[in-house]
Amino acid sequence: MTSQIIIALLAAAVQSGTPILFATLGEIFTEKSGVLNLGVEGVMILGALAGFVVARQTGNPVLGFFAAGLIGGLAAAIHGVVCLWFQGNQVVSGLALTILGTGLANYLGTAFIGMAAPGFAPVAVPLLSDIPGIGPIFFQHDVLVYVSYLIPPAMWLFFARTRFGLGLRAAGEYPAAATAAGLNVLAYRWLGIVGGGFFMGLGGAYLSLAYTHLWTTNLTGGRGWIAVALVIFAFWRPGRAVFGAYLFGGIMALQLRMQASGTQLSSSILLMLPYALTVIVLVLSSWRKRTSDAPASLGINIAPAE
Amino acid sequence: MFPMRIAKRQEPLGFGGSCFVLLTALGLSLLLSAILLSLGGTSPVRGISVLLQGAFGSRWALEDSVLKAIPIFLCSLGVAVAFRLKIWNIGAEGQFALGAIGATWIALSFPGWPKYLLLPAMIGMAMTCGGLWGLIPALLRQHLKTNEIIVTLMMNYIAILFLDYLVYGVWKDPTSFGFPMTPMFSEQAIVGKIGGTSINWGLAHCVILGLLIWLFFRFTRIGFEIKASGDNVRAALYAGLPYDRLVILVMVMSGALAGWAGFLEASATVNRLQPSIMVGYGYTAIVVAWLARLHPLSIGIAAILLAGLRVGVESLQLDLQVPAAFGGIIEGLILLTVLAGGLFTHYRIAWGVGK
Repeated sequence: MTSQIIIALLAAAVQSGTPILFATLGEIFTEKSGVLNLGVEGVMILGALAGFVVARQTGNPVLGFFAAGLIGGLAAAIHGVVCLWFQGNQVVSGLALTILGTGLANYLGTAFIGMAAPGFAPVAVPLLSDIPGIGPIFFQHDVLVYVSYLIPPAMWLFFARTRFGLGLRAAGEYPAAATAAGLNVLAYRWLGIVGGGFFMGLGGAYLSLAYTHLWTTNLTGGRGWIAVALVIFAFWRPGRAVFGAYLFGGIMALQLRMQASGTQLSSSILLMLPYALTVIVLVLSSWRKRTSDAPASLGINIAPAE
Repeated sequence: MFPMRIAKRQEPLGFGGSCFVLLTALGLSLLLSAILLSLGGTSPVRGISVLLQGAFGSRWALEDSVLKAIPIFLCSLGVAVAFRLKIWNIGAEGQFALGAIGATWIALSFPGWPKYLLLPAMIGMAMTCGGLWGLIPALLRQHLKTNEIIVTLMMNYIAILFLDYLVYGVWKDPTSFGFPMTPMFSEQAIVGKIGGTSINWGLAHCVILGLLIWLFFRFTRIGFEIKASGDNVRAALYAGLPYDRLVILVMVMSGALAGWAGFLEASATVNRLQPSIMVGYGYTAIVVAWLARLHPLSIGIAAILLAGLRVGVESLQLDLQVPAAFGGIIEGLILLTVLAGGLFTHYRIAWGVGK
């Protein structure tokens, strides 16, 4: 009986961790190119709305999912315009993008509040889902969860084994040397921003199309900021992001269950858990590793050529 | 490719030019907002006129704008102190909440104290609680190198939930018919209104504190050290400036000012503690600080402008049923365009292909 409860909880951890995973991978992709995008929360919620609206209008959630990625990339491009073209401060621009994105999504989404959209239903993977323990935890979810399994290894391969991946990392580590070597650093940073925004948008779509199937205001509820923190926890490695995301998924699932079970603890205190955990996780990751793994030029703009 | 390129200016852009860039940025934000209004089915001309009328068009509107500018100004003053040192305190919202909580604690514990004792005690506790909420991320940053942006932001969520916990639970007014709010403060715990207006004496607090902060940066050694370290950390460290202590100081000052704003909001505006005081002034404060380039007097002007936009959006909501979230769009657009306009301080657009 208890093992069943634990398995159900872990499966819920994977599901609620998935939107955070998409967003964290997106932010890793952007930060590797040397750009800090604190607008994850805003990009994510715009993706969530785009996915929801497109799925509702076309009746096709797959189209919605890709539309969310597209809108995510476009929204992140605003950050690109301000920071890459106009040399704006990356911290402030990201904050502004969060304010704008949240406002825009809540404004445009007002007409859809409380409505439902066709979303993704769970599909058990043949054979794999029958493995005791592992099966129910990892292989009885919707398709998007399976898609999210493929991205960390793909992103690792991209960074470690492809020319574009190396170029992107060079733009984030040592842009002057990359320029001297004939790379177009600005183009790589654009790739980092728009590509990262694509994944953040997908994370948003997971919330509206698979997690809730509903549109509500402030749907993302700080998950974008948790993703920013998880990038540090993951030491900028896609593989480690998986653990971080599921850890947060777990705490969110646990908190929901405790509320449902009618505990003595106030719901306000329970709702604090993920945010408090974010601080704890940040403290632990800086404790364990004093030297930073951040891309060396993270957050620093490249001055325009004379 | 394009006959257009960016060239460095010989001299940074002067005052007139900066004002022109700023006004262009504001105009562009309003234009983009108007386009969004028309996408939502509202006439853009009517929308913008309702917005501006609602913000500054009548005595009542103007008073409401000033009233909302008070907490925004104080939070922004605090945020600007930290930004001077390039410490990214995004936590004004939470520090504001803690200030309101601290002030309420005193107001509910000692309701019978005379006004001249009770109000200073409330301010002291508000500053202590707000300052403490700023001290925690500063200590974490200093000793463990944690990122203060994320920690201050997470502490906002925690502070708001803590406020909820108090007003839904232990501090809830038993006679409030289930509404989450504390009992009303005693007469002595309330900051009164300036004769004949709806504006409270918090305005005077703003003037005094703004002046003190200006004097602090203009004439004190520590103020100078903060500015110097903010401009160039490495040089400051070589010069032997106590950078670590400055970080602690600016975060505590920042939090204390936001806490003061929380005190005023609880004491003067709603006369009790309730969740409705958390409307994002702490985030608007960041927009204001950046718009004003961290200068106290400009912060005053920008605070009234942004507070006016909030009031104007309320009229839009009432008259034309535009969702309240529209305010966030304008704020985000203003911050983005002003940020982009910053390029023209040191660069200009040059025509022709160049060398």
